[in-house]
Amino acid sequence: MSTSSPNSSASKIPVPAIAATAAALVGLSIVLALVVAPEDADQGISQRIFYFHVPIALTAYAAFGWGAWKALLVLWKREERYDLESYVAIHQGTIFGALTLATGSIWAKASWGHWWVWDSNQLVLFLVLFLFYSAYFMLRFSIEEGPRRENVSAVYALFGVALIPVSFLAIRLAEDFIHPTTFTRDGPQMTGTMFFTFCVCWLSISLLAYALYRVELLGKRLDSNLRELREALT
Amino acid sequence: MSSGEKYVAAAYGVVFVTVLVYVVIIAAKLARLERETAELAELARKRSSSG
Amino acid sequence: MNYLADVTALARKDLRLELRARDTLPAMLLFVLSTLVVFHFALPTGADEVAAQGLLWVALVFTALLGLARAWAPEREDGALEGLVLAPSDRSAIWLGKSAAVFLFLVAIELVALPAFALFFSPLDAGAVLGVLLANVGICAVGTLLAAMAAASRTRELILPLLFLPLAIPLVVGGVGASVSTEPGRYLAFLGLYDAVFAILCWASFEYVVSE
Repeated sequence: MSTSSPNSSASKIPVPAIAATAAALVGLSIVLALVVAPEDADQGISQRIFYFHVPIALTAYAAFGWGAWKALLVLWKREERYDLESYVAIHQGTIFGALTLATGSIWAKASWGHWWVWDSNQLVLFLVLFLFYSAYFMLRFSIEEGPRRENVSAVYALFGVALIPVSFLAIRLAEDFIHPTTFTRDGPQMTGTMFFTFCVCWLSISLLAYALYRVELLGKRLDSNLRELREALT
Repeated sequence: MSSGEKYVAAAYGVVFVTVLVYVVIIAAKLARLERETAELAELARKRSSSG
Repeated sequence: MNYLADVTALARKDLRLELRARDTLPAMLLFVLSTLVVFHFALPTGADEVAAQGLLWVALVFTALLGLARAWAPEREDGALEGLVLAPSDRSAIWLGKSAAVFLFLVAIELVALPAFALFFSPLDAGAVLGVLLANVGICAVGTLLAAMAAASRTRELILPLLFLPLAIPLVVGGVGASVSTEPGRYLAFLGLYDAVFAILCWASFEYVVSE
């Protein structure tokens, strides 16, 4: 069954192991982020949101990149499984992108008193990307299943990763005439403990995303296998 | 709880709830898959008893 | 099979079809003029010049969308797209020919729309006009490919704006910047970058969009 024969080494690790490790790491991250890490002198306790918000954003980018890589493989190698892997990766990316917007909005409210700030380049970029990738799903599900849908989805996914740096540049340029930059936020000056906490959080969120990705893939492959079985039996 | 603490709780809470919602969706999917495999097992049984 | 000859032939076919049918261009023209009038009423009194320049770009993007929605209509109606795809020429030539035709349509519209804007609102400088031309390239390149994707979808015209608008945002930023800034060079360079990146991407990936 061509839909269930992965040959990369990571996909041989069983899903429960990944999920268990992710759960343990996320638990550790929460303790580190909320208790162990020292409180930031400027921003106070709301700075702790940063320990999850930034890893979630980075993971979303990684998911979109992973989806684009699988999309390239769809067009290049033409094996059936890549289309599903690309779709699931982009699905995860969109979910984590939405989470980025949600946590970013809460952070904006906590730091600057507004639920939305156009000054935060990262938030604006994610809004544009969220719109772009939401359209991915509308496009994908308005096309009949088959090679055409695979190709179109793959090309669109590739456009997405091209859009990321271009949009980022655009948003930087737009600052000059849309909003004067009133907040120059350099990354927080992190002490050693803070940096360690950040890294653990990043690792745990990435592993969580990978676990969710594998679980979703499992579910979708089960679905398609069952469908084949049903056709064979009826 | 100070307002800063409330926001931190809200941010972490959103992430937690999202993962939980995911679990719920998977649970529903599992239930459906269980139903479908039971149906297919029934079909296979009928096939092998009549074939 | 000369690539350039194929592209020219395809573009010329589109121009001839439009000259004969005369349905898309007049509609786009009327649309952009009506939109500019609506904007006059939408802008509050004392709204500054910069806001009006921004609205010009909104008008251009949506007028382009109107035209792009019908870009592949001639091929769709006769099933001609399958025929073109099977032809021995490079499929990217289909995209290039169609984009060139759309570009010329847009320029034709802008020859009326830009003076109209200058008349209704405020004059446009060289930065603005250059910005419009550069942005046209991006709009045509990306829009033509996305319109082909939309043609494969069940929802057709409905989905094209959803696909196009996020990708159009950098173009609007570059265009508005070139129009209002005292140093348009940066924005024009950015538009050039967008055009280069996405034109190459479209050129390379078009054949996958139209084939099985």
